[in-house]
Amino acid sequence: MTDNILSVRGLDITFRTNAGDIHAIRGVDIDLPRGKTVAIVGESGSGKSVTMKAVTGLLDDNSRVNGGQIIYRVDGKEIDLLTLSQRELRRRINGKHISMVFQDPMTSLDPTMTIGAQIMEGMFLHQNLSKKTALQKATELLQLVGINEAEKRLKNYPHQLSGGMRQRVVIAMALATEPQVLICDEPTTALDVTIQARILDLIQIVQEKMGLSVVYITHDLGVVAKVADFVSIMYAGKIVERGTVEDIFYDPRHPYTWGLLSAMPDLNTTEARLYSIPGSPPNLLHEPPGDAFAARNEFALAIDEKAAPPFFQISATHAAATWLLHPDAPKVEMPSALRARIERLKEESGHE
Amino acid sequence: MSKEPLLTVKNLRQHFKISRNFTVKAVNGVSFQIYPGETYGLVGESGSGKTTIGRSIIRLYDPTAGEVIFSGHKISGALKKDTRQMLRKDMQMIFQDPMSSLNPRKKIADIIGEGLDIHKLYATPVERNAIISSILQQVGLSPLHATRYPQQFSGGQRQRIGIARALVMNPKLIIADECISALDVSIQAQVVNLMKDIQAKTGCAYLFIAHDLSMVKYISDRIGVLHRGYLVETGTTDEIFTSPLHPYTKSLLSAVPLPNPHLEKKRLLLPYTATEADYEGRAWRQVSATHGVLA
Repeated sequence: MTDNILSVRGLDITFRTNAGDIHAIRGVDIDLPRGKTVAIVGESGSGKSVTMKAVTGLLDDNSRVNGGQIIYRVDGKEIDLLTLSQRELRRRINGKHISMVFQDPMTSLDPTMTIGAQIMEGMFLHQNLSKKTALQKATELLQLVGINEAEKRLKNYPHQLSGGMRQRVVIAMALATEPQVLICDEPTTALDVTIQARILDLIQIVQEKMGLSVVYITHDLGVVAKVADFVSIMYAGKIVERGTVEDIFYDPRHPYTWGLLSAMPDLNTTEARLYSIPGSPPNLLHEPPGDAFAARNEFALAIDEKAAPPFFQISATHAAATWLLHPDAPKVEMPSALRARIERLKEESGHE
Repeated sequence: MSKEPLLTVKNLRQHFKISRNFTVKAVNGVSFQIYPGETYGLVGESGSGKTTIGRSIIRLYDPTAGEVIFSGHKISGALKKDTRQMLRKDMQMIFQDPMSSLNPRKKIADIIGEGLDIHKLYATPVERNAIISSILQQVGLSPLHATRYPQQFSGGQRQRIGIARALVMNPKLIIADECISALDVSIQAQVVNLMKDIQAKTGCAYLFIAHDLSMVKYISDRIGVLHRGYLVETGTTDEIFTSPLHPYTKSLLSAVPLPNPHLEKKRLLLPYTATEADYEGRAWRQVSATHGVLA
């Protein structure tokens, strides 16, 4: 674990609201190895977007960072992004080093600017390119993201493009300044499956070509299975399990991960009822004293009510924060339906 | 399938005239049937016309051509007063976005009770409250929620309110337009289970419009595949998933993400590029009693 381009350490964020302080991020550690893809998975409100907004300095005004570090390693130097002012972050880091692709391509494009102008904006700002070279580069980028007749398209406005095309433009924009890290916040949630598959393929192709490191924020486990090398499962402002994509899909250990995997039907699901995680996520206005997932966890132990579980290391890459992994805990196996499904998944991939 | 169909859609066309020389042909001659108590899934990419079909059937649009017959009454074209009332009572819709489909200035009781008020389905205010309380309990909410406003609920709870609003009329057919797409995975499962329970209890039929094929497969008895306003294939869920005939269906199936990293990383997309022009004048070929494909 030496060559991490981005490391989040002990991040802790609260939001001030009229109702009181909401402790949205409660100590998050994430590592992004250079050239790899990390997926952050969780329900809405689990804090996955907030974590990445902290990296890019896009947090809302009512937020307060209570502690932690976000280390960005470039040219043998380490920069703690949290110590930079927002202005410095925007001048030196965003765009140039770290770019972000947002969920909704309609709202992340300016409707009054041609897409060409929007793609080139960053190049003028960060790279001091001449208009001619910028134009040429923008054309190349559009071709790279698979848009035909690129020169013509540069003069189009966002409303003249379809949803899938717009998302390609947003990706081209994010790549315009040759960043090292690309953060994709639910890049395909608003798109349908065929276009989703194409966009994900595209990001992977670009990643290989440019040696990007990519962070995906998503709640779609199918997307995770396709793109991720490493996965962090997030719940109520904390990481509850992390590992390689194989660890998470074939050997999940946290009851919340079990729930997520069980709740998603695949094309072979035949059970009469889908498994659903009972209840809803906790309100972080009133932070639970113990494990935040305890109230929804059928395997909860008495200690879960009192103390939050630490991480238990399962292998060099795999760790989960649940008391079930404590040596003194009773032996609890994952639900048999999920066990059967994982066996089937393993078998299917063995056949291919 | 010897039963009488609950809903018959025959050659439905829905065109939108944008200007003198530009018409969007959203739906082009789509035919299918829905039988009482079954779930018919309608899938296709965005822009394929699946939402338009739902909205044409329930008469949020006036169909350009074609016939829609609902429990023995023709509901396309001019509507007689009693047909309209029957349609408004017996067919209900659940919308995609639970955030924008509930009036933020109305209490939950009034959102759910609006249909009851219009059709005068209760004798006393006490009875109205009783109906609303029982429907709230059926969808897993508390009768205490009746006096709250929509913004006091989470996305999953709001979608339950949307379902309650549809259910309170005791409809024969519910059109569910992408009703789970906006929800989280774990909440999706809750809502789908609820819809299945309700169907088992009341015997209503669903027209389930979605683009998430794994969920459609899970909930539907029969499926129709749409592309560019044409129904390209229809059949039972098994037929569509185990022996798809149309190249578009095959391409769509190849795009479904699998929650299996080893397989998923190797998966290949089947390309598909046909446009409206390729479908024009194609004949419908019935392969079996239930399975048909656009040749």
